[in-house]
Amino acid sequence: MKDWREDKTFFRATIALPVIWFFIFFVIPMAIVWAYSVGENVGPVDVAITGTFANYAKAFAPEVLKVMGDSIWLAALTTLICLVVAFPVALAMTFADDKQKTWLLLLIMLPFWTNLLIRTYALIAVMRTSGVINTGLEGLHGLLMTVGLPLGSFEPLPLLYNKFAVVVGLVYVHLPFMVLPLYAALDRLDKSLIEASLDLGAGHLETIRRVIVPLAAPGIAAGLVITFIPALGAYLTPDLLGGPDDLMIASLIERQFKRANDWPFGAALSFILMYITLLFFAVRAFLERKGGKVGAH
Amino acid sequence: MSDRDTIIRVEEVTKRYGKVTAVDRVTLEIPRGEFFALLGPSGCGKTTLLRMLAGFEMPTEGKIFIDGVDMSSIPPNKRPVNMVFQSYAVFPHMTVFENVAYGLKFDNVPKSEQYGRVMAALADVKLDHLAERKPDQMSGGQRQRVALARALVKKPKVLLLDEPLSALDAKLREAMRFELAELQDKVGITFVMVTHDQDEALAMACRCAVMDRGKLMQTATPSNLYEFPANKFVADFIGSVNLFEGTLQVDLPDHAIVHSEELGGQIYFDHGVSGASGEKMWVGIRPEKIELLKREEGSNPPTPEDAPPGCNVAAGTIRQISYLGSESIYEIDLINDRRMQVSRPNLSRWDQEDFTWGDDVWLRWHGDSPVLLQS
Amino acid sequence: MANKHPRAPLDYLNMPAMKAWLAGVFIFLYTPLLILILFSFNDSKANIVWKGFTLKWYVKAFENTQLREALLNSLLIAGVCTIISVVLGALMAFVFWRFKFPFKGPLESGMSLPIVVPEICFGVAVLMFFAKLNFPNDLPYPFNLTQIILAHVTFAFPFVAIVVRARLEGFNQELEAAALDLGATPYQAFRDVIIPHMKPGLIAGALLAFTLSLDDFVITFFASGPGTITFPVKVYSMVRFSVTPEVNAASTIIIVITVIATVLALRAQSATSAKAN
Repeated sequence: MKDWREDKTFFRATIALPVIWFFIFFVIPMAIVWAYSVGENVGPVDVAITGTFANYAKAFAPEVLKVMGDSIWLAALTTLICLVVAFPVALAMTFADDKQKTWLLLLIMLPFWTNLLIRTYALIAVMRTSGVINTGLEGLHGLLMTVGLPLGSFEPLPLLYNKFAVVVGLVYVHLPFMVLPLYAALDRLDKSLIEASLDLGAGHLETIRRVIVPLAAPGIAAGLVITFIPALGAYLTPDLLGGPDDLMIASLIERQFKRANDWPFGAALSFILMYITLLFFAVRAFLERKGGKVGAH
Repeated sequence: MSDRDTIIRVEEVTKRYGKVTAVDRVTLEIPRGEFFALLGPSGCGKTTLLRMLAGFEMPTEGKIFIDGVDMSSIPPNKRPVNMVFQSYAVFPHMTVFENVAYGLKFDNVPKSEQYGRVMAALADVKLDHLAERKPDQMSGGQRQRVALARALVKKPKVLLLDEPLSALDAKLREAMRFELAELQDKVGITFVMVTHDQDEALAMACRCAVMDRGKLMQTATPSNLYEFPANKFVADFIGSVNLFEGTLQVDLPDHAIVHSEELGGQIYFDHGVSGASGEKMWVGIRPEKIELLKREEGSNPPTPEDAPPGCNVAAGTIRQISYLGSESIYEIDLINDRRMQVSRPNLSRWDQEDFTWGDDVWLRWHGDSPVLLQS
Repeated sequence: MANKHPRAPLDYLNMPAMKAWLAGVFIFLYTPLLILILFSFNDSKANIVWKGFTLKWYVKAFENTQLREALLNSLLIAGVCTIISVVLGALMAFVFWRFKFPFKGPLESGMSLPIVVPEICFGVAVLMFFAKLNFPNDLPYPFNLTQIILAHVTFAFPFVAIVVRARLEGFNQELEAAALDLGATPYQAFRDVIIPHMKPGLIAGALLAFTLSLDDFVITFFASGPGTITFPVKVYSMVRFSVTPEVNAASTIIIVITVIATVLALRAQSATSAKAN
């Protein structure tokens, strides 16, 4: 690594473009949102930046708090399910041979590369009242009736437009977010530590609990944050799969801009979401630094 | 060897990874209480064999018995063996004490007894004063001791060591050789060590198994490996050797003669060899078993007073001298361009001056020095 | 001979329970997509029962001018966004890899913010920014896509930078020293040694930028003016009301494009790394 003064022209030439772009198209827009979040509506389109905290105070209204609580709860549940589902997958990938590893990674990544809207749409087609699952169940029901089982009339399962659908959708979309950091963490582990644990008499579950999980803790934390944050701010999935009572923060924000036309309140909500996000990343960075000290030689 | 004294029996074990055969029909017996070394170049299958003993790899064919019990269906955590890993594999998130106590939990050792056993094991490796340290505050040598204590505290029937000295620096390695041998003596447990370093194996082990490309080449004591190698590979891998191709011409009970085109003459053995006459063979002569004598232009070959007639003599010229301190190695060109190595101890501080580049010399060796190798 | 080749203890992949678990996960991930593709060829509007093979939904999707236009818009946006993002991302990765300079740490963290900030937050920021600028909404095609492209580049190029940076970390500095030692100027050494080394990273970064752009709905939703429509926005408005085989057909086309792009990028990447070996 060179000091920038050793090659000033080259340094300036390479750094200028990305930094200018970042400031114009990211920092300034964010600053505008922040300014609006302490502003007031004056008239239908005009906003005055008054330095008020009223917009943030509005976020503590019970109906808004309920949406936030729901969002956090749904995102946390999604993250937990993703962890449980992804851990064995990551473990299997870690100990697979190179060719199998490549294939498993590709299979996990391919849905991830596929358009989010398409994936959500595909879930709708499977889960709706006249979708694949309910049609299949209806067929099964009819079959059982004909062989003489006294079942009542068929009631399709309400799979869509509720919190269940939102969680299924969020897990479906965010699973790769969890698998990749877990796999990265497990793959970095010295395999002989795991072998040493088995060699010393520990069973597989005992080894996972006492050796793998403590050593992979930073990777697990990374997976939790990387899954939780986008799940918390998800817009499309709850919007398309949830019912009217299953609002999440992102939908609430969207409403302030596209429907309610209360930009300052929307800006404040948006910044609350930002603060939660940054808090989680800060905690993760802190844990990582602590973990890094323990692992260092 | 009766079964009671055998702790490990490897029967016709083969391990294949796809088309690659890592271990090829190896049969081996290790007596109880021995310090045994698996020796060979990298990729010869010695580590795979060790890992099959530990239970991390399963034989494709054949069986492994430890203390008379078939290990085929026994997972590593249920085997009466423990391993010291090449990287030591000391758990970084546990203290030294916790590392050593880890394995005792699974042996149902009562808590009250654990403390005493852990501290005794740490005392055995001279680490009892560092019980509360974390591994990242320790040197490589200390971490290796933790790994040793952690395995020995479980009182295994066999201790497996995977290249135990390879990660240490040269001085520490030397010291650790003696210490490991002493420790083995003290605890009386069978040690099985994998190494690619022949000095290490010869210095520490009671017996060594030499492997090459998955096959077992020879199992013998260190001195027998060196002086009576079973084949060309062992002769060449253990120490250095001058090898000559030849054909057996005379094969009698009291002497044998091999004719070698390469050497440009005959090689005389003062003992009988059992081989078919006229067969192609190799003769190996160790560099230190050859005597170097000055040769004057037109002089006759000297005859050693105490050797029977036909003692081996060849003429050559010194091309290279490598001075190694305790000895010097001479590269000598024979008359027919064949090159030969001779080593001489530097007995006196001025002795090396005796021979120099370009000197004409006689090479002389006794009839019991060469070894006849059929493969 | 119940078990002729016993499983090694850490060969988790061959554990029956693990196989079942993996099968479950992949069924969960792929069944919806496979059903979506299957029903794009189904000769029935109902989308549930298989009535026979047809391509009519593809014809219909192509005849739908709005859908076609949206698809072309999306591809154009993704293409332009990829080019700009790769340039910006590569510059950023190189600068942070090569130079030490004041405020480097904070700047580096700051510039990775677009990756961690929730899409919705950046989306509303973009909306407010262009509103404040009074950015004209009625530019002629293709300049009406400018806002979307600017927004996409802003969140895509830090991703490219991460990928390229990871690649640069694996660079053996002695290679550059060797080039200089053999008489190359610093510029020539950069061109002949560092750029070729970056290439797989650039390819992977380009693929990432392309799919991120093609995939994005939320930011586009906020950044686009009333007259411009992209594929996800169009599909969104279609699926809100009904599930039709026409959408299946259009989605299948996008899936095929994504898979082809992924395979090509992986091929290119492995070809470059094979050459390097």
